[in-house]
Amino acid sequence: MAVQSFQEHFDSLIDRDISIEPKDWMPDDYRKTLIRQISQHAHSEIIGMLPEGNWITRAPSLRRKAVLLAKVQDEAGHGLYLYSAAETLGISRDEMYEQLHTGKAKYSSIFNYPTLTWADMGAIGWLVDGAAIMNQVPLCRTSYGPYARAMVRVCKEESFHQRQGFEIMLTLSKGTEVQRKMAQDAFNRWWWPSLMMFGPPDAESPNTEQSVHWRIKRFTNDELRQKFVDVTTEQAKVLGLEMPDKDIKWNEERGHYDFGTINWDEFWNVVKGNGPCNKQRIDARKKAWEEGKWVRDAAMAHAEKRKQKANNVQAA
Amino acid sequence: MILEYILQLADDALIMGHRLSEWTGHGPILEQDIAITNTALDHLGRARSLYQYAAEIFNALPADKKTEVFNSVAINTTVQTGKAIDEDDLAFLRDVRDYRNMLLVEQPNNDWAYTIARSFYFDAFCYYYFGFLCQSSDATIAAIATKSLKETTYHLRWSSEWVIRLGDGTEESHKRMQHAINELWMYTGEMFVASSADSAIAQAGICPLPETVAAQWKNKVADILQEATLTLPTGTWMQQGGKTGVHSEHMGYLLAEMQFMQRTYPGMEW
Repeated sequence: MAVQSFQEHFDSLIDRDISIEPKDWMPDDYRKTLIRQISQHAHSEIIGMLPEGNWITRAPSLRRKAVLLAKVQDEAGHGLYLYSAAETLGISRDEMYEQLHTGKAKYSSIFNYPTLTWADMGAIGWLVDGAAIMNQVPLCRTSYGPYARAMVRVCKEESFHQRQGFEIMLTLSKGTEVQRKMAQDAFNRWWWPSLMMFGPPDAESPNTEQSVHWRIKRFTNDELRQKFVDVTTEQAKVLGLEMPDKDIKWNEERGHYDFGTINWDEFWNVVKGNGPCNKQRIDARKKAWEEGKWVRDAAMAHAEKRKQKANNVQAA
Repeated sequence: MILEYILQLADDALIMGHRLSEWTGHGPILEQDIAITNTALDHLGRARSLYQYAAEIFNALPADKKTEVFNSVAINTTVQTGKAIDEDDLAFLRDVRDYRNMLLVEQPNNDWAYTIARSFYFDAFCYYYFGFLCQSSDATIAAIATKSLKETTYHLRWSSEWVIRLGDGTEESHKRMQHAINELWMYTGEMFVASSADSAIAQAGICPLPETVAAQWKNKVADILQEATLTLPTGTWMQQGGKTGVHSEHMGYLLAEMQFMQRTYPGMEW
C-alpha cells in the first residue's frame, strides 16, 4: 500500500469508530500525540502517589490508613498499565521516566499543590479524582485500543476513589466545628486547581481540535469543565460546604451553573514549574530512581546469572 | 496475659506495616512499589483483626482492672468515662512503653537491602510460628493465624527471592545485603525469647513458646543465605526489650508521626 492508502485505511477506521491497534499503520502525529498524552497520564498517576502518600503514616484511623494505602497502590497500578499502553507505541518506560525527570514530559499540575491537612485526602478524592473521572470516562472509548482498555480498568477504580474522598468530606462536615472548618479550607484550596485540571479554555488549547478529530478526545476542555462544575456544586450542597466562588450561579437559560474567572496565570505558572511543590515532586521521583539503580542493576545481573546457569545445565 | 500476648502480635504487625508503608511511592521499581504496599496492607489488616480482638478482651475486664493495664492517660480517661475502647484507641493512644512489638520491626528502612533483611528475618519467623498458631486452642487466634499464614507464605517467598537476588547480584548489592543481614542479626534473638505473656500463654496451652520454631527458622535462614552466596552471621549477643516495652529510640518518632492526628484532635470520628 502506498502511504496514501495507509492514510485512507486509518481514516476509515477512525470514521467507523473501529479501534486502532499497535500493529496498525498510524500517522506519526497520531502516534506522537498518544505517546505524549498516555505518558503524561501515567506520570500523573505516579506523581499523584506523592501528595497522598504523604498522609499514609499519619492517617487518623486504621481503617482510613488501609483505604488510603489501597488507593495509592491503585495509582501505582494505573501508572503501570498506562506505561505499558504507551510502550505499545514504541517508547520504553525508562525513556518516559527520563522525560519526566528532565522536565520534558508534563504531568497533571494539580499534584504540585501541598497536602496540608487530613481533609486534603478527602478533597483530592472528591474533587481531583472527580475531575479525573470526567476527563477519563470518555477515554474508555478513545480510538487507540490499548489506551481505551487500560482506561476501563482505571475508571472503575477512580470511581471508588472519588466515593471514598466524598465520604471523608461527609464525615468531616458532619463532625465537630474544627473538622467542618478543615473540610471547608481544603475545599477552598483545591477547588480552583481542580477546575484547571481540564486544561486551558478551548480557544487556547492547541491540541484539542486535532485530538477530537482523531477521536482521542471526545469532548472539549470547556465542555468537561462545565459538567464538573454542575455536578460538584450539587455535591457541595449535600456536604453543607460553601462554594469557594462567589460568582457561582444557576443559569436557567443555559441549564448550567455560571462560574467565576479562572486564574490562568496561576495555571501557566505552575505548568512552567513554579508551583509550590513542583521541585519536591520531581526531586522525590529522581531520588527514588537514582537510589534504586543498584537494586535494578542487581536484579538484572541476577537474572542474567540464572539464565547462564540454566544454559549450562542444558548444555551439559 | 492473653491481652498482652495479642498486643505483642498486633504491634509487630502494625509497626512492620508502618515501616513498609513508608516505601509507598518511593520504591526502586514500580512493580516492587506495588508489592511492598500490598505487604504493608496485609500487615495492617492483621493488626486490625488482632486489635479488635484485644479491645474486646479489654472491654470485658472488670472496671478496676482496666486502668491498671496501660500507662496511657488517654485510654484511662476513656475508661473512667465508662466508654469502650476500640482498635484505634489501642493503636493511636498508647505510648512507647505500652507497645510490645519486637525491636526488629521498628528498625528504620535505611535502604532496600535493610528493608529486605528485616522482612526476611521476620517473615521466616511468622511463617513457622503461624503454622503453630493455626492450631491454637483459642479460636480467634487460630482464625487470624490461618489467614495470616497464607499471606506470610507469599511474604517469605518475596523477601527470600530478594535476599537471593541482591546477595547473588552485583558486587555492590552483595555488599549491601551482607551488611544489612549482619546489622540486623542482633535483633533476631528476641523473636525466640519468651516474654511473660508468651510463657503464660504456653502454660495455658493456647500457643507454643516461640523458641519452638527457632531451629526451623535458623535452617531456613541458613539455606537462603547460602543460595544468596551470603554468610550467616555468627554474633551471639542479642538485643531484646521490645516485648516488654523497652524500645529503641526510633519508636518514639514513629509513634509521634503515626499518632499525630488522634493526639492533636482528640475524641473525633474520622
